[in-house]
Amino acid sequence: MPGDLQDGRIVIVGASLAGLRAAETLREEGFTGSLTVVGDEPHPPYDRPPLSKQVLLGKASADTTALPMRRDTDADWRLGVAATGLDPLEKRVMLADGESLPFDRLLIATGTRARPWPNPEEASLDGVFTLRTSDEAGGLAERLAAGPGRVLVIGAGFTGSEIASACRERGIEVTVAERGPAPLVGALGGTLSKLAAVMHRNHGVDLRCGVTVTTLRGDGNGRFTGADLSDGSRVDADVCVVALGAVRNVEWLAESGLAAGPRGVACDAGCRAFNMYGIVTDDVFVAGDVSRFPHPLFGYQMLSLEHWGNAVAQAEVAAHNMVSPGPLRRPHLAVPTFWSTQFGLNIKSVGVPTYSDHVVIAQGSLEARRLAVVYGFQGRVTAAVTVDMAKSLDYYKHLIETAAPFPPPLGSADRAIAADITIPSDVPDPSGLSHGPTVALTGHLPDRRLTVVQPTG
Amino acid sequence: MDSETLLARITDYENRPNPYPLYAELREAGPVVRQADGSYLIGTYHEIAALLHDPRMSADPRIRTAPSPYPSGETVKPPFLRLDDPEHHRLRTLAMRPFGPPHSPGRVDAMRGEITRITGELIEELRDRKQIDIVDDFAYPLPITVICRLLGVPREDESLFQAWTDSIVATADIGPEEDTTERDRTGRQARQEMGLYLVNLAEQRRDRPTDDMLSAFVNEPDPALRLSQEELAETTVLLFIAGHETTVNLITNGVLTLLRQPEQLDHLRREPGLLPRAVEELLRYEPPVHMRERIPHADIDIAGTTISQGTSVVLALASGNRDPRRFHEPDRFDPTRPDNQHFGFGSGIHLCYGAPVARLEAEAALGTLIPHLSTASLVQDPPPYRQNAMLRGPRHLPIQL
Ligand SMILES: Cc1cc2nc3c(=O)[nH]c(=O)nc-3n(C[C@H](O)[C@H](O)[C@H](O)COP(=O)(O)OP(=O)(O)OC[C@H]3O[C@@H](n4cnc5c(N)ncnc54)[C@H](O)[C@@H]3O)c2cc1C
Repeated sequence: MPGDLQDGRIVIVGASLAGLRAAETLREEGFTGSLTVVGDEPHPPYDRPPLSKQVLLGKASADTTALPMRRDTDADWRLGVAATGLDPLEKRVMLADGESLPFDRLLIATGTRARPWPNPEEASLDGVFTLRTSDEAGGLAERLAAGPGRVLVIGAGFTGSEIASACRERGIEVTVAERGPAPLVGALGGTLSKLAAVMHRNHGVDLRCGVTVTTLRGDGNGRFTGADLSDGSRVDADVCVVALGAVRNVEWLAESGLAAGPRGVACDAGCRAFNMYGIVTDDVFVAGDVSRFPHPLFGYQMLSLEHWGNAVAQAEVAAHNMVSPGPLRRPHLAVPTFWSTQFGLNIKSVGVPTYSDHVVIAQGSLEARRLAVVYGFQGRVTAAVTVDMAKSLDYYKHLIETAAPFPPPLGSADRAIAADITIPSDVPDPSGLSHGPTVALTGHLPDRRLTVVQPTG
Repeated sequence: MDSETLLARITDYENRPNPYPLYAELREAGPVVRQADGSYLIGTYHEIAALLHDPRMSADPRIRTAPSPYPSGETVKPPFLRLDDPEHHRLRTLAMRPFGPPHSPGRVDAMRGEITRITGELIEELRDRKQIDIVDDFAYPLPITVICRLLGVPREDESLFQAWTDSIVATADIGPEEDTTERDRTGRQARQEMGLYLVNLAEQRRDRPTDDMLSAFVNEPDPALRLSQEELAETTVLLFIAGHETTVNLITNGVLTLLRQPEQLDHLRREPGLLPRAVEELLRYEPPVHMRERIPHADIDIAGTTISQGTSVVLALASGNRDPRRFHEPDRFDPTRPDNQHFGFGSGIHLCYGAPVARLEAEAALGTLIPHLSTASLVQDPPPYRQNAMLRGPRHLPIQL
């Protein structure tokens, strides 16, 4: 009965973007019961995208990225305390301070954390950073402001590239080491990674691809001084940023019986968590970076996204479904979108670029550094990425939503001359990269898909 | 079929005071409505939005092949408003350099004080008057003063540029079945003369910059970022005209709307903080720009209708703004409307360049006028309208104070 769903006890674990937006939506949709939000960070919810952009540029300080509260959530904010376990039978969330919180419905929104440097001793050297939290961003920004001689960035995914860009904009020397063949190749494939590599080099980044960092060195007093690379070379630097992608915060769910693993907590299209037998729960919901959900546009494969927009949209759907009876529940079917700014370029993506076999430059050109690349998989449009051409994105989104044929039809004044030639999308095996892509298909790889033979005639 | 005459009826001067019932008829007739001359009219929100973002749709009148109701014989390169990328992007970016972010982030905001001063002076002059004309006494003087100041055009030359503006704006209208040869000729000539005038003004500032956009254009140090003489003429004519024609209508429509709805006027008087949202709602409810033309580069399919390459497609933005499939109670003026993604400034790559100034001016103008309107009444309702159906607004708005 709807009356019951609007009342009772709801606990949200994770006090960041998804947690906050869910709390707001619950109240927006009339939830009158008790609401508790648990977060292990001591800060009220804040925004992460500016941390690798404005904050590192010194244009905003790390403590000014607080997320705006769109309405009073009337919640009990339990900040600075981690959830350590979930008892699904007793319906309780255990906290690090020994307390346990009873709930009627639970939302898991614990997101991800930065993947640490694998050697703990080296990772603890003074001057070695990861970048996920505002505290980390604050510390790194301080070091950059002090004018280091050189910064070493390990990993050329989005975060690593944004850090390198910020360093160059501040006139700081920077070396980027990437195991894969080019920056962003894991997320965007071969064509755009070529442009990314040119951008790095044109802006004076010492970009080294096809290498791995083997050792971080200290000066004997615990201060980072440089690193050894797999090609035998050595980089001397004062600061090192480890940008190797993210790890999902699921350890606290280990004993919960939920389908929680390294790729996230699996849930259905309505954000309801699955247990380890693949049975859907009805009182545990998931949203944001920690989730893994099926998407019809991408072969119903489970998607793991690290996208701001997904955290917002999924939190809203989860919250809606938490207070709505079955027939009024909504699926979370949003087409993934992502943006990044680096080296003065505005990169936006829609769809899942890694779910592709071919690409075509549909507008603009690599030379102009202003273009739209459309991705296709087995003859239909599955993604598009624009560089400084964001206003066209809606059009491509529509093509993806309607599974339009790939390559898309002709007809645009700035369509490149070679536009009709499709080229392989060249998305490498993620295991060959230093960083993780910000969108992962956690089912089988697209090229291992069975081909459905369409009747002809 | 009746729907084939919709554009003719919308542009008929008779219907200028209230085209909205015709827009409703248009939406009823379907998402893509063929006109008797073979062109198409589109008035539903989602189709308009899709087409404004569709790279296959051109803004360039020169690619039109099919017969159409629009001014013909435009051989010169149009201003960037009617060009496609990459040329549009280059010119718009250059025009943006002295105007907005990232190169001149403070330019518009720095006008705030001046705009407040101008509105203050205008209202001061009206102090003892019993009857005023909102258009001539307020809605026109404000934006014309602002655009003159922004570009660096002497206000004293008003008689010159007003005549040119009128002729040029007239050619931006659409009138099916009309002979527009004479009008187009006058318009072309006015465009040339005005371009020459503005380029001359700019040239006087070469190496002697005054703090305005004309100076910035001719003193751009990087040769790669300089406009050619012809481009400078086209661009500055566009900025000058677009920079005030539409704002006059926005302000006037605002006053008209509020006087027709005293409860809303009262609401805004009590809650001035709502003003920015009221301006947004005004841009949806009574937008200054009612229609834009687009032409497909290739045969395209819209909602099941194939429109062939080169055919004129008119997007009725003002109709999309009142589409009940997009807006709840669209015919209600509601300054508290939560989700208000209107087409008041268009959408897509041609999204109005001057929107920040227009918003600032409309807020300042209405904010200044509202306290004086509580006992005001319309002398004439509907007021007399301008001829133009594309850029729609009252010619005069006499009110009794
Ligand atoms: C530097 C950076 C730049 C980014 N830039 C972009 C961008 O340009 N565009 C874009 O689309 N996305 C970007 N993102 C991604 C975006 O920020 C994330 O998608 C978004 O933050 C996800 O929100 P979330 O609430 O799901 O997870 P998170 O923001 O990760 O929040 C999860 C919260 O839960 C807490 N938590 C974890 N475990 C527990 C526990 N056991 N108990 C209590 N609390 C716990 C965490 O400490 C954290 O506060 C960026 C991310 C980073 C780090």
